[in-house]
Amino acid sequence: MSRHTDTVANAETTPELEQPYSELGLKTDEYFRIREILGRRPTSAELAMYSVMWSEHCSYKSSKVHLRQFGDKKPETEALLVGIGENAGVVDIGEGWAVTFKVESHNHPSYIEPYQGAATGIGGIVRDILSMGARPVAVMDPLRFGAADHPDTRRVLPGIVAGISGYGNCLGLPNIGGEIVFDASYQGNPLVNALCVGTMRHEDIHLASAKGVGNLVILYGAKTGGDGIGGVSVLASETFAEGGPTKRPAVQVGDPFMEKLLIECTLEVLRAGLVEGIQDLGGAGISCATSELASNGEGGMHVRLDQVPLRDASLTPEEILMSESQERMCAIVTPEKVDAFLAICRKWDVTADVIGEVTATGRLVIEWHGEIIVDVPPRTVAHDGPVYERPFARPSWQDSLQADGPERLARPSTAAEIRDTVLTLVGSPNLASKTWVTSQYDRYVLGNTVLAQPEDAGVIRVDEKTGLGVALATDCNGRFAKLDPYNGAKLALAEAYRNVATAGAAPLAVTNCLNFGSPEDPDVMWQFSEAVRGLADGCLELGTPVTGGNVSFYNQTGSTPINPTPVVGVLGVIQDVARRTPMAFRASDDVVLVLGESRDEFAGGEWAHVIHGHLGGLPPVVDLGRERSLGELLVAASVGSLITAAHDVSDAGIVQTLVEMALRAGVGALVRIPEGVDPFVFLLSESTARAVVTVPTSTLGAFESLAGDHGVPVTRIGIVGAAGDDLIVESVYGASATWTLTELRTTADATLPALFA
Amino acid sequence: MSVTMRIGVVTFPGSLDDRDAARAIRIAGGEAIELWHGDADLHGVDAVVLPGGFSYGDYLRCGAIARFAPVMGPLVAAANGGLPVLGICNGFQVLCESHLLPGALVRNTDLHFICRDQRLRIENAHTLWTSSYAEGQEIVVPLKNGEGSYVADESTLDMLESEGRVVARYIGVNPNGSRRDIAGVANARGNVVGIMPHPEHAVEALTGPTTDGLGFFTSLLKGLVEA
Repeated sequence: MSRHTDTVANAETTPELEQPYSELGLKTDEYFRIREILGRRPTSAELAMYSVMWSEHCSYKSSKVHLRQFGDKKPETEALLVGIGENAGVVDIGEGWAVTFKVESHNHPSYIEPYQGAATGIGGIVRDILSMGARPVAVMDPLRFGAADHPDTRRVLPGIVAGISGYGNCLGLPNIGGEIVFDASYQGNPLVNALCVGTMRHEDIHLASAKGVGNLVILYGAKTGGDGIGGVSVLASETFAEGGPTKRPAVQVGDPFMEKLLIECTLEVLRAGLVEGIQDLGGAGISCATSELASNGEGGMHVRLDQVPLRDASLTPEEILMSESQERMCAIVTPEKVDAFLAICRKWDVTADVIGEVTATGRLVIEWHGEIIVDVPPRTVAHDGPVYERPFARPSWQDSLQADGPERLARPSTAAEIRDTVLTLVGSPNLASKTWVTSQYDRYVLGNTVLAQPEDAGVIRVDEKTGLGVALATDCNGRFAKLDPYNGAKLALAEAYRNVATAGAAPLAVTNCLNFGSPEDPDVMWQFSEAVRGLADGCLELGTPVTGGNVSFYNQTGSTPINPTPVVGVLGVIQDVARRTPMAFRASDDVVLVLGESRDEFAGGEWAHVIHGHLGGLPPVVDLGRERSLGELLVAASVGSLITAAHDVSDAGIVQTLVEMALRAGVGALVRIPEGVDPFVFLLSESTARAVVTVPTSTLGAFESLAGDHGVPVTRIGIVGAAGDDLIVESVYGASATWTLTELRTTADATLPALFA
Repeated sequence: MSVTMRIGVVTFPGSLDDRDAARAIRIAGGEAIELWHGDADLHGVDAVVLPGGFSYGDYLRCGAIARFAPVMGPLVAAANGGLPVLGICNGFQVLCESHLLPGALVRNTDLHFICRDQRLRIENAHTLWTSSYAEGQEIVVPLKNGEGSYVADESTLDMLESEGRVVARYIGVNPNGSRRDIAGVANARGNVVGIMPHPEHAVEALTGPTTDGLGFFTSLLKGLVEA
């Protein structure tokens, strides 16, 4: 070899060698802490490992002190089988079934290289679910983009959608929901979050730990290449600077076909009982997998790095340790089961090699062609990274933002103005039909999709015999979170919780993806701390524990951060998916009811955003007690077969909810504004804890009585189909507002294709 | 007295809708038998379904590598001997690459993968896979593909039309640019059918847009019992 290898022995004799720690993203004090841990300077390989594992993305060094609240405020629950800290949390859904789910960000790679960034975002979260022992059964994508008509959105969005489509479809996982939101604050920092859910029997749960001295470490899946080197430290932990050098080599390249083989191969070795511990390779690649497995297990591991199969033979050991090549897994296998393990890998044409063994030394030792290049206590790499108490302070502008409410904005005051306002909203990018995007995703594969977008929640059948299933929804209004991060996070939780209950499922557990600007900015850190506090308080109040999640910082361009965007995913259980409640009007003559109370609340809502480009004031009041009552009512009504359709009220209020229910069904409705209520407020306010349901006259009495028992206010507002193919609202400032379904559909359908097709 | 029909479903590396095809066979009343791409043996099945997916990652060309899988040797011979074979989506592509069916499937005209509930008209209700339908019957089943545009030269298309070998046609919308709106074709003998949309995803009211797809599987079972 022409290149000099920096061995441990070499490091001991050359303590003064200058090392490029700052280029690798380490701060000076972090570098000296590594020297202190090791009692010498790190080798270049050790420096590579620490730099990626101590990156913000892997170590959660800025967020850790806040995230503890999710554990400290954890509600009493027996549903949680595996909590925060593993690859993904696991919850018990009954009948011996367990579900694991998690949402993660792949924001920065997707901005640089939209297709591969989004594709490998799916790949990464799927491996997280797989490494818990579960079969992945569905994915969802919460997405945020800059202004819909900005030229860069046209560059980024089609690529991201094609990446999700190209990778997810080829894996054979139905895409059942998510969000697509446009806001100028995401210009230059689109958010690509990916959620995966998997199912397994209780006895199939596996953990990432290297147990059993003498057991072997097997690396299997794709060969290691030069892609994604330093992805987490370089991309996810830094802010993009205008005019900086392109960082494309740090983006990983995905091969969904290999991932599909990896899924089937992994499930087969797990079910055959051949695996003691398992870990996927994602951010920080082999550095992460070996140090985490060792740290969680016996504490020691000996790895022969030269046994790692390479796509590019010229890679240095440092590059091999840092590479984020996709579609790789690491398993701990007892010696007598290695042959059986390798045979299953051969069956699936998956490359597999023994690269090391579990030891009792308490050290992670890595050798390279007979020389020791790493000798570290694995816990110091994987778990005992730096922890920062970043300074935070309520931003100086927060008070003036909250004082600038939407009350001063001009409101429509005639039926004709309401009609025009609604059409403008229906065709606005955030509310328009997302079919142009979602028709690129396979929602049918696996044959268990009971509900998918644009329904309130995705519903997946878990057990074909009993009908047991799960429902999932993700939500977040970043404008609410900007106005008030504490309540904004609670509002995101409330909406996702409501969406799951609307489908007829009982909410059970929570995952989150916390997308924020730079943690080094005290304003951002305040937003983050407030959002975490709000979400933790909210989860305690609703009795839904946080099972895991992800933090994405540095979503900002220059000194301008994105709107704080704590995306919340809620998982619910439905004992029999046959009784799920869809959103479409079902039958003519059903009675249309509004559940909950409507107040004058427009701050941060779609009307203020679309019509006035205004953001200010205080977001809608969130009352989780009312959300819980509403949720329990919706589930009980589903169990009792009392309602025919339900749809949550959120963006652009009740009128948008009615439009969506009508368009989904192809049937209109005749609706009347209740007496003594301002029509504009009733139709367009975004007050929380509300839903629209339709009820057959035969069960109307029973439903209203049930609503009374739950303390949920009910208002009869109209009749399905009573206006033929029109949606008519009467008593709008003394006149009627009429929309034909054709004009609503044309308006809703035209927007995205015009922008992106 | 009835004997359960054994219908093989081939799993290639990258097959995705194999379990769905097996479920559809079970719902129709048959027994689904797993067949493995690397096993050159049909294990005495009464018929075979080549399922949807991305066999071998669709690398080179959709279906081009699967065609050379060991299982395809006995499968092609048996199909030429009259064994009923249904290729769905990627399975249709494999049948074309294997020359069991004429023509080819190329990239959708709008270049996007498309997943939608698709209206079809059954044009030939006399094949082993479509006899449960009435000629001219309209059905709705999911369509999901990136390379589903059926192409063949004009004389082949004319031959398919004149011999009644166009099994199903897209109506309402031609989603992918298929010549003459063709969604599915049969071989001359009518035992081998390729269809781009997914009847196996329309067999349960709970999970499909309709149950219109079930007819493909009940047709076969009815035909086998009568044979």
